[in-house]
Amino acid sequence: MNYPSSLKYTKDDEWLKIEGDTGVVGITDYAQNALGDIVFVELPKVGAEITAGKPFGTVESVKAVSELFAPANGTVTAINEELAKSPEKVNQDPYGAWMVKIKLKDAGEAGKLMSSADYEKYASERG
Amino acid sequence: MLSVAESSPTLRKTALNTVHRQMGAKMVDFGGWDMPVEYPATGGVLAEHLAVRTGVGIFDVSHMGDIRFTGPQALDAVQHISMNDAARLVPGQAHYSAMLYPEATFVDDIIVHKIADEHYLFVINAGTREKDAGWVEQNVGGFRCTAENVSDDYTQIAIQGPRAQELLQKLTDAGLAQIKNYWFTFGSVCGLKNTMIARTGYTGEDGFEIYIPADPAISARVWHEVLAAGKEFGAIACGLGARNTLRLEARMALYGHEISESINVFEAGLERWCKLEKPEFIGKAALERIKAQGVKRTLVGLEMIERGIARDGYPIVDDSGSQIGCVTSGSLAPFLKKNIALAYVPPRKAEIGSVLNVEIRGQKVKAKVVPTPFYKRPKK
Repeated sequence: MNYPSSLKYTKDDEWLKIEGDTGVVGITDYAQNALGDIVFVELPKVGAEITAGKPFGTVESVKAVSELFAPANGTVTAINEELAKSPEKVNQDPYGAWMVKIKLKDAGEAGKLMSSADYEKYASERG
Repeated sequence: MLSVAESSPTLRKTALNTVHRQMGAKMVDFGGWDMPVEYPATGGVLAEHLAVRTGVGIFDVSHMGDIRFTGPQALDAVQHISMNDAARLVPGQAHYSAMLYPEATFVDDIIVHKIADEHYLFVINAGTREKDAGWVEQNVGGFRCTAENVSDDYTQIAIQGPRAQELLQKLTDAGLAQIKNYWFTFGSVCGLKNTMIARTGYTGEDGFEIYIPADPAISARVWHEVLAAGKEFGAIACGLGARNTLRLEARMALYGHEISESINVFEAGLERWCKLEKPEFIGKAALERIKAQGVKRTLVGLEMIERGIARDGYPIVDDSGSQIGCVTSGSLAPFLKKNIALAYVPPRKAEIGSVLNVEIRGQKVKAKVVPTPFYKRPKK
């Protein structure tokens, strides 16, 4: 399992890349492995407000629907259109297959998420 | 070497449980059974589904149950509880049927095998093993027939796909080309004498199911020999995830979804396997009433025409949002590459081409009624 140290992580298995006051969001290697083949991704519209800890979309495997939880408060500025046609990209490259870009309400708050080392520990505890 | 994780002690296990865990299968609780849902090491559910459609896939279906009927009135007993006409069967022939309640709703769907004039075998669902055994005991007491629950005696392995016959022929002396669809024979398989080999399955492909002793060592040996023999055909182990997507594409009912204690034969569209010309069987009177009155809901096939996946239990709603029906099973169809579903809808909405709304997380998403089965295997 791979957890790039440049990213921040949540207990719901999302990653957040902070670039100034922009955040890029996706799901982790642990999440894509646990889900299995991803066949559908549902994302919010550009302009939507997302709230830290609340669902902002869904990712579906063959068997199940999983909610995506926002890692931070913000406004959606871009969504990854590729995932509509090729949801499997999330399995193939979970850190390259970003889902949404957001304008962060508070980059400082976002910085308080789990580090790669803490997330790796958390992931390994769950088996 | 990673340790093979232990399952919960309260879940039932097939004789192949350790093998699945050694293969790194993702395990799931299916009706109280610890079963493999997919095998990530060889590609997972999508790869497994495609292997069955294009080559061959191997399934452990030992969780299914088996009830044997023997005795001078075995046929009469079977005829009393099964809706299809077992008098039409000759030794070596099987057919799809169901046991019905007096209201013509489903106790279970079954495959009835005629082994001899006084010897029949029902193969039944895993989740209804005990209920079915109880139902049989309750209803065949008046016949000179012995009904035995032999579910734990067998490991059942399904070999399914266009290359299934070539694979299994390598392992048996029985002439498989002579066995027609829904017929069976007994032969030596992997050195095991007198093994039942049935040309049956739950995938919509050609294939076989073999019934071997439920001993873990024997079962593991045969499982590995089957996979090895299938290597040249791309054979991989397949779990319940693929089993479900395959049967859905082929419009095969799943108990608890398309059929249940509250759904009748006509609603489910299974009247082809229900022989009302039989003089007597449990459910017949209700069936005749329903046939005369008509049904209030009917099972249809749906294909999503707007973006979204209809899933088990999602409501079908009219344009004002009122519920008019329900999805019984729905998923991405991995071979057809479409999102499909089976659903109960009012008969007036059941016409091919009808556009319906599936409610997905509060939103109305359009689907159209399509003919079923969604997939039919190519004729040889």
